[in-house]
Amino acid sequence: MEIKLNGERAEIAEGSTISDLIGLVAGDRIPADRHGVAVALDGEVVPRSQWDGISPSAGAEVEVVAAIQGGSGQWELGGRSWTSRLITGSGGFRSLEAMESALALSGTEIITVALRRLDPEAQGSVMDVIRKLGLFILPNTAGCYTARDAVKTAKLAREAFGTEWIKLEVIGDDRTLLPDAPELLRAAEELVGDGFTVLPYTNDDPILAARLEAAGCAAVMPLGAPIGSGAGIRNPYNISIIVENAKVPVILDAGIGTASDATLAMELGCAAVLLASAVSRAENPDLMATAMKHAVEAGHAARQAGRIPKRLYAEASTPDEGFPGLG
Amino acid sequence: MKTRDKNRTSDAIVVGGGLIGLATAWELREAGASVTVLEKESPGCGASRVAAGMLAPIGELDFGEPELLAMNLKSRELYPDFVGKIESETGLDTGYRNCGALHVALDRDESGELKRIMELQQSHGLDSKWLGPMAARDLEPGISPSLAGAVLVEEDAVVDPRALVEALRAGLSGRGVRIEISEATGLVLEGDRVIGVETPAGTFGAGAVVAAPGAEAGIAPWLPEEVRPPVRPVKGQVVELGGDPEDPACQRILGSERVYIAPRPDGRVILGATVEEMGFDQRVTGGGIHELLREAYRLLPDVAEMEFLGATAGLRPGTPDNLPVIGRTEIEGLILATGHYRNGILLAPVTAKSVAGLIGGEEPGAIGAASPHRFEREE
Repeated sequence: MEIKLNGERAEIAEGSTISDLIGLVAGDRIPADRHGVAVALDGEVVPRSQWDGISPSAGAEVEVVAAIQGGSGQWELGGRSWTSRLITGSGGFRSLEAMESALALSGTEIITVALRRLDPEAQGSVMDVIRKLGLFILPNTAGCYTARDAVKTAKLAREAFGTEWIKLEVIGDDRTLLPDAPELLRAAEELVGDGFTVLPYTNDDPILAARLEAAGCAAVMPLGAPIGSGAGIRNPYNISIIVENAKVPVILDAGIGTASDATLAMELGCAAVLLASAVSRAENPDLMATAMKHAVEAGHAARQAGRIPKRLYAEASTPDEGFPGLG
Repeated sequence: MKTRDKNRTSDAIVVGGGLIGLATAWELREAGASVTVLEKESPGCGASRVAAGMLAPIGELDFGEPELLAMNLKSRELYPDFVGKIESETGLDTGYRNCGALHVALDRDESGELKRIMELQQSHGLDSKWLGPMAARDLEPGISPSLAGAVLVEEDAVVDPRALVEALRAGLSGRGVRIEISEATGLVLEGDRVIGVETPAGTFGAGAVVAAPGAEAGIAPWLPEEVRPPVRPVKGQVVELGGDPEDPACQRILGSERVYIAPRPDGRVILGATVEEMGFDQRVTGGGIHELLREAYRLLPDVAEMEFLGATAGLRPGTPDNLPVIGRTEIEGLILATGHYRNGILLAPVTAKSVAGLIGGEEPGAIGAASPHRFEREE
C-alpha cells in the first residue's frame, strides 16, 4: 500500500509499524539508536512507546525527523549520543506528580533508579512516570557495600530493566556514603568483563578515576561533595585534573546544591552533571529543575567560549587609544 | 435469580473494612442510613493494622502541599469528637492521646533541614517552636544527649489504629451495622446508576456504594475501569517494641529525619516507617528492620532495652499528587474513598463525614481538592 513518508510517496508492506518506517528513512539522517527522533502521523506526534504498536493505514502522511542532527550540542556516552547534559536521580520527590513535572522541565534524557528501592514491574509507580516521559533508564547499585553485592545487583538490574548500563555505586559507610575505592574498582573490572556499560560513582581522586577508565568504564563520575549534602564542588582542582586526563566523559555526580554548582562543574569541563536532591528537595522543584537546565547549558557554553584569564589589575574594556573595540 | 431479600438491602454499602471504610459506615449510620460493610478478609487487616497512628498535620507538613495541609488540619480538628463518641458508646480506649510531638535534629545537618521545615510551618501560621538541646531533653529525658535542637509541636497527637478499628467494630455492631466477610466481585448497575454489589455470597442491594479498597483501588477488578483511580501501593515497614507503661520510653511522638517513634498507652512504641515503591510486595526485610532500629537507637537509645514484639509491612494507597481520592464518580451513587497514602488514619474522620455528606446530597466542602475528577485531564 502507499503512504506519504516525509512528503514523498512510499510503497510499504501492509501492517508496517512506525518503527519499520523509521528504518526506511535514509540512515545517515537518523542515529542508529534513534535518539532524538520524532515521528508525526497525520500531523499528530506519535509517542516513542507506541512506535511498535501503530501501523499507518493507506494514504497516511508520516513525518520522521531527527530533532537535532549531529550538531555541536550533542555528546557521546556509552556509544550513544545525547542532547541534555543533565542526568537526574529519581529519589526524594514528594510525589509522582512533582517528579513528573520537574523532570519534564529539566529536559533530562537519562534517569537513574535504585533497583533495591523500586520494583520495575509495579504499576502506576515511578516507572510509569519514566516511561511516560520517555526517559532512558540507568539502573544503579545504591545501597551496596561490597563488590560482590554490587555485581549481583547489577545483574539483577540487567534482567529487570533489560539494559547493560549500570551506574556503579559501592559505598563505604552509611554516614558519608563515600565510595569504597578498592571494592569499586574490583566491581568495575568484573562488570566490564561481563559486558556492562559501567558508569562508576567515584571519589574526586584523579588516580582512581584513571584506574577506573583503564578498567574499561564508559565514563567516570566523581563526586563534588557527599551525596545529598548540597555542598557544591569541594575540590575543583581535582575535578579539573580528572577532566584533563580522561578520554571518557567525566560526569559530576553528587554534591550539587544549587544552579551555580552545576555551572561550575560544566565550566571545569565535565561532560554532564548528575543530580537529584538539589531538585527533588528544593522548595519549588519545578523552578529548580528549570534553573539546572539553564545552569548546565550556561556552564557548557562558557567552557566552549573560552574564558578570559584572571588578572590582578583592571583592563579597560574600551581602550584609551584608537577605536573602541567592537565586541 | 439474584437474591434481594430485605437483609441484603441497605441504604449504603461500604466496600472495604479498613479504618476509612469502618469510619465511613459509622458516620453514615450516624446520619441515619442503614449500612452494610463488605470486607474480604478481616476488618482492619490492611494498612490500618500497620499504621503508627500519628495525627500530625503540622509535623508532617512538606513544601508544595497546601491542600493536603488544609484537609489534614480539618480532620485533626474533628478527631476529639470522633473518637470521643466511639469511646463513650463502646467503653473502649482508642489510644487517642493529645501527646504532642518532638522533632529532633541529631546533628548540624539535620538541624538545618528541621529549621527549614519549622519556618514553613510558621509561615502557615502553625504552632511550632524551636527548643535547644537542654530544653528538649527536659521534656524527653530519653533522647540522645548529642542532639542539636528540636521542634516542639504541641497540637500533634496519636491514636492506636488497631484499637480504633476494634472500637469501631464494636460500635458498628452496637448500631446494627453488619460487616459481611465477602469479596466484592462486581457492581450491579441500572443504567449508569449503581444499585448493588455482587459477591460470591450473592448480591447486596443499596442506594449508594462507597469504595474504600485502600491500596488495591488501582487494580480492583470489581470497579469498572473508567472509575478506577490512579492509586498504587507504597510499602511501609514498622517495628513494634514493648515497654513499661509506668515508665514509658517517651511521652510524645518523637521524630528525626529518618524515623518516628509513636508511643502507645500500654508502654509499647511503634517505629516507622520505610517508604518503598515495591508494588504489592509485603515482605518484612532485614534491611528495613535494621534501618528503623538503627535510626530509632540514634534518637532514643533506650529502645535497645525494649522487647522486640514484631515487625510488619503494609501497603499505603498512594496517588500521583499525595492527595486522597474522595468523591462522586461517573457512576451515579458510587463514591470513592481511597488514596490516603501516609495520612489515612488522620484523614478518617474528615473522609467519613464528607462521604456521608455526599450521599446525603451535600457539596464536597473540605475534601473538594480530593475529587476523583482531577485526574481526567491527564489522559
